[in-house]
Amino acid sequence: MPDTNIKNLTMNFGPQHPAAHGVLRLVLEMDGEIIDRADPHIGLLHRGTEKLIEYKSYLQAVPYFDRLDYVAPQNQEHAFALAVEKLAGIEVPPRGQYVRVLYAEIGRILNHILNITAYAMDVGAMTPMLWAFEEREKLMEYCERASGARLHMAYFRPGGVAADIPDSLVDDIAAWCETYPAMIDDLESLLTENRIFKQRTVDIGVMTAEQCFDWGFTGPNLRASGVPWDLRRAQPYDVYDELDFEIPVGKHGDCYDRYLVRMYEMRESVKIMKQCIEQMPAGPVKAADGKFAPPPREEMKRSMEALIHHFKLYTEGYRVPEGETYAAVEAPKGEFAVYLVSDGTNRPYRCKIRAPGFAHLQAMDVMSKGHMLADVVANIGSLDIVFGEIDR
Amino acid sequence: MADPQPVQDIGEYVSGALEGAITSSEVAGGELTVHANRDDIVRVLTFLRDDVLCQFKILLDVCGVDYPERTERFDVVYHLLSLNQNARIRVKVTTDEDTPVPSVTPVFNAANWWEREAWDLYGIFFAEHPDLRRILTDYGFEGHPLRKDFPLTGYVEVRYDDAQKRVVYEPVNLTQEFRNFDFLSPWEGIQQQLPGDEKAAVDEETEEAGEEG
Repeated sequence: MPDTNIKNLTMNFGPQHPAAHGVLRLVLEMDGEIIDRADPHIGLLHRGTEKLIEYKSYLQAVPYFDRLDYVAPQNQEHAFALAVEKLAGIEVPPRGQYVRVLYAEIGRILNHILNITAYAMDVGAMTPMLWAFEEREKLMEYCERASGARLHMAYFRPGGVAADIPDSLVDDIAAWCETYPAMIDDLESLLTENRIFKQRTVDIGVMTAEQCFDWGFTGPNLRASGVPWDLRRAQPYDVYDELDFEIPVGKHGDCYDRYLVRMYEMRESVKIMKQCIEQMPAGPVKAADGKFAPPPREEMKRSMEALIHHFKLYTEGYRVPEGETYAAVEAPKGEFAVYLVSDGTNRPYRCKIRAPGFAHLQAMDVMSKGHMLADVVANIGSLDIVFGEIDR
Repeated sequence: MADPQPVQDIGEYVSGALEGAITSSEVAGGELTVHANRDDIVRVLTFLRDDVLCQFKILLDVCGVDYPERTERFDVVYHLLSLNQNARIRVKVTTDEDTPVPSVTPVFNAANWWEREAWDLYGIFFAEHPDLRRILTDYGFEGHPLRKDFPLTGYVEVRYDDAQKRVVYEPVNLTQEFRNFDFLSPWEGIQQQLPGDEKAAVDEETEEAGEEG
């Protein structure tokens, strides 16, 4: 047989492919229909967030965090708020902490609904998205009622939250918590034992625990590989140490387990939300220090001091003592952290954003090698990629 | 908040075990920071990963920090996490524009993209990195945008040119001058003399000679 020169085919996947979950450009080297090498090109959504934050006061930096992982904005703000509070030594009052945890869990469900259903759509199931997005819309309504914005809440501020939530909203969320588990059951009936869904996901993109450590995996992707690690339990922040919840852990580290972990996490999130609502005390929702958190509007009308505080906070902002800190939260996608360096002025000197998706997408190459082209779509979906946070 | 004592112990243990490679270690706010020699960084991270008492198996983050006034202007900061100890450690090395830092990709695969990012945004060169391309900025971008001497507005802007049917790059043209409010000096906002104040300024100058700023 004569020697024939076989050249691998290089294929461009994205950046306008609907299954690329945003603006991922994936350069695939194909050997027939088998992936030889996957080289993700990122940065198409790079907006220079870290540079911009260096030129903004601490309070002005908060909305940038919404625009990172725009699927669950409040969880990002949470990390930044914790970092600033740690440097400035600010204590958040109990009600503020409960409200934050409540909304952080709403963020987690928002994220998991989008991920699970979009992922199901990627592998061929249309219905979950149509069903579950109604619930997502309800949750975003709760966000709107608390902060005025459906999506980019700018609600978790250093020192607490922007405003208190009314009792009627708490009641509505409590009522929703009663109905939502039935919705999860419905979703599960569509997917969990679905033959096609399982054919597309079981044993696809397997990551062992050791591989996960090596590639810096965190969050559901790490737990799906059998590592019981959750920052809410291991290094609790706000009131997570007073709440009772389970941490679902997978076994095989494949796409199917990653899906299952997220599914069970939603149930646990509902549990956490219920406890928050039960245990939530009355009281202030932001720090009492007028140099740090703005005074209530009524007070501003009467008190000169409050007026001065308000004016100074919204022009100059506050100064954060010199130092550095690394504050991490268990965001829906994994460990989202802010490495904040302060030089004692009213602006961050350096604000490095550690996005979980960045590490996860990096492993695309090892995950996809030897798989078929169609499995790349399943892998991307199961990693839970959002480009806002990866490209920053 | 985590108890600071365990990380203090880890800090002392690590500095003892890696004599010569670690220059100093401190605990601030319950967070452990160790300063390492640049050339020993691979050894330090390998030790932190493999030692039974450390087991910092996850590299969470690598990033640069720029201090233009220093001779070695960049810090490269590594954040590691140990699941067994439930502890974090921050390792810092310094470098400048020309001196390469040994790449830690052989120790942690996760370092690959973060080092590319530090190269892209700060121009920190990592020696023996398998694939040191730009990662976040545009194809063909020039400069390192997160350096403190890089302007916030950048140098070029893009727009779609309908005549040429392609995206064109042009020098930045600001319709409004970039305003950078400096709140550190409370009086810097008022730089011009207010009308009618000329006399007051003269009086002050004669009275408080040498105090003029």
